[in-house]
Amino acid sequence: MGVIQGIWHWLATTLKLMTYNKAGFIGFLATCAILIICLIGPFFIPLDTQTKLDQIYQPPSAAHWFGTDHQGRDIFSQIVHGGKDVIYVAAIAAFLSTFIAVTFGTLAAFAGGKVDGAIIGFTDIILTIPQFPLLAVLAAFITFNDITYLGLFLGALSWPALLRAVRSQALSLKERDFVEAARALDLGTGHIVFRELVPNMMTYIVISFTLALTAAVYTQVGLVLLGLVPVSSSNWGVMISLAWTQGAIFFRDAMWRIMMPILAIALFQLSVITMTRSLELAFNPRLRTMV
Amino acid sequence: MTTTATSEPISGAQVNTTPNPLRRITQNFYVRRIAKALFTIWIVITIIFFLIRLLPGNPVEQYIARLIETQGMDYENARSQAAALFAIDLDAPLWKQYLDYLVNLLQGNLGVSLTSPGTTVASIIARFLPWTLFSVGIGLILSFTIGILLGLMMAYRREGILDHTLTIFASVVSSVPNYLIGILLVVWLGVQWKVLPIAQMRGTMSPGVAPSFTFAFLYDALFHAFLPIITYVLTTMGTWMLSMKGSTVGALGEDFVTVARARGLKDWRITTAYVGRNAALPLFTQLTIAIGFVVGGSFLIETLFQYQGIGYVLSGAIAQRDYPVMQGVFLVITMSVILANLLADFLYGWLDPRIKIG
Repeated sequence: MGVIQGIWHWLATTLKLMTYNKAGFIGFLATCAILIICLIGPFFIPLDTQTKLDQIYQPPSAAHWFGTDHQGRDIFSQIVHGGKDVIYVAAIAAFLSTFIAVTFGTLAAFAGGKVDGAIIGFTDIILTIPQFPLLAVLAAFITFNDITYLGLFLGALSWPALLRAVRSQALSLKERDFVEAARALDLGTGHIVFRELVPNMMTYIVISFTLALTAAVYTQVGLVLLGLVPVSSSNWGVMISLAWTQGAIFFRDAMWRIMMPILAIALFQLSVITMTRSLELAFNPRLRTMV
Repeated sequence: MTTTATSEPISGAQVNTTPNPLRRITQNFYVRRIAKALFTIWIVITIIFFLIRLLPGNPVEQYIARLIETQGMDYENARSQAAALFAIDLDAPLWKQYLDYLVNLLQGNLGVSLTSPGTTVASIIARFLPWTLFSVGIGLILSFTIGILLGLMMAYRREGILDHTLTIFASVVSSVPNYLIGILLVVWLGVQWKVLPIAQMRGTMSPGVAPSFTFAFLYDALFHAFLPIITYVLTTMGTWMLSMKGSTVGALGEDFVTVARARGLKDWRITTAYVGRNAALPLFTQLTIAIGFVVGGSFLIETLFQYQGIGYVLSGAIAQRDYPVMQGVFLVITMSVILANLLADFLYGWLDPRIKIG
C-alpha cells in the first residue's frame, strides 16, 4: 500500500511540476502521443502494402487521412509503422551516449589530475572531428544489417559534448556545501553519489538524454537520405529518401508523400526539445521539496 | 574549447613567477593551442590510415578483389596497380607504410581518384573547396548578424508580441533538421509555388560564366549558392537569437549599464557599445561549434541542392567508394573545423579585454 501510494505521490508531484511550464507540458503531451501512436499504433492499424493503381497520389480524405503514395498505398499507416525503428535506434544511441558521458564525466570530475586530463583531452579530440562526415565515411566501411548496431554505432560517437557538460556540472556540485556536509558526516561514497549527487544531476542527465535522442534522429535520417544505411523496412527516413530519389517532389500531387514523413520527424524533434523545459522543472530536487 | 581560454590566465600568471624560458614557451597559450590542433590533426590522419589499411575488408583489399574480378587481372598485377593508386608500398613493413603515408601527406600528395583516373585528390579539393567556404562563410556571417540583431531586439521588447513570435520561430527552426528545411524549400519555393527556378540553380556557376572579379560573376555565384545559404541562415539563426536574447537580458542588469544611463549617454550608444558588445561576446565561442556543425552538415545540404562544393564531392566519393578522394576530403573538412576552432579561440582572447592570454 505504502509503495503504491509513494509512486502515486511521486507521479502526481512530477506532473504538477511539469505543468508549470506550459510550452514544455504541451511538448510532453505531444511526445507521449507520438510514442503511443508509434509503439502501440502498429498493433491496431495494419500496414497498407497493396498496390491500388486507381488510388495513386490521393489528397488527404476520410479514407486516407494523410493521402496515398505512388502505388496508392495509405500514407497514414506507413507513418504509424515508420516511427518505431527511428525511435528505437535513437533511444539506443541516446542511452549509450548518455551512459558514457555521465560515467566518464563524473569520473573525470571526481578523480581529477591525470585521469581528468586524459579523459578531457581525448574528448576534445573526438569533439573537434566533424561527426556527420565521420559517421558517413565509417558507414561506407561498415554495413549495418541490424538496426541495433546502427544505434550503438551512433551512440558510441556522439557523447563528447555531453561528457563536457556533465563534467562541468559535477565539478561545480563537488564543491557545494551539502556534499561537504555529507563528507564531514562520513556518509560514505555510495551515499554521496546516489543520494546527493545523482538527484542533483538528474535534470542534466535527463536533458542530455533527450538532446542525444534528437541528435541521433538527425544523424540517422541524414545517413538514410545519403543512402548509407541499407534499411529495408519502411521508416520515416526511408520514406523521405524514396520520395526524394524517385522525384516525387516534382509532381504537385505527390506533395503529401514527402510532406508527411517530414512533418512527423519535425514534430517529434520539436516536441522532445520543448519537453526538456518541463523536465528541467520535474527533476529539480529543490522544486520538489517546495511542493 | 571555452574552458581552455578561460582557465589559461591562471597558468599564464604562474609563468610570470617562473622565469624558465623553455617553460614560458610550453606554457604559452598560443603555442599550446596550436600544438593541440596539430595533435588532433595527427590523430585523425592516423585513424584514417588504419581504417584504410588494416580493417578487414579494407579498401585496398576490396580494390584488388574488384580488379581481379572485373578486369581479369592476376593477383600480382592487381596488387601493384592498387599500390600505385593508393600510393602505398604494400610489401614494406607497416611502420614504413605509415611513415611514407605521413611524408606524402606533408608534401600535399593525397593520392589519385579511383573513379576519374589521372585526377589528383589535391586538385579536386582545390577546385571544390572554395565553393563550400564561400557558401558556408556567407551563410554563417548572415545568420550570426541577423540572429544577434533580432536577439537584441527580443531582449529589449521582452514579453511583447515580437518576442513571443520570434521565440516560437527560433525554437522551430533550430529543432527541425537542416536537410528537412532544405527539402521543404525545394518542395514549396521551387515546385509548389514556383518562386525559384531550382533547376537552373543547381551547380555552382551557370554555363559560360568563368570566375573573375566582376559583378556579373558574383551575382551568378550568389544565385547558385542561394539555396544552401538560405538553409544555413534559417537553421542556425534560431540558436543565435535565443542565446543573444539570454545574454542581453543578463547584460542589461549589469552595473556599468546603469552607470552609462546615469551619465546620460545616448540610448543607441548604450545599446551598441555597452550592452550589445558584452552580450555578443560569449556567442563567439558558440560560433566555433557552429562552424564544425555547419561544415559537417553542409555535406548533406550540398548533395540535396546539387551544389558542387566539397561536401557534394564527399557524398559522391562515398557512394562510389572512391577511397582516396574520401580520405582527402574528410581530412580537409576536419582540418578546416580544427583551424576554425583555433581561430575562434584566439579571437575570443583578443575580443574580451578581461581575458589576458599568454
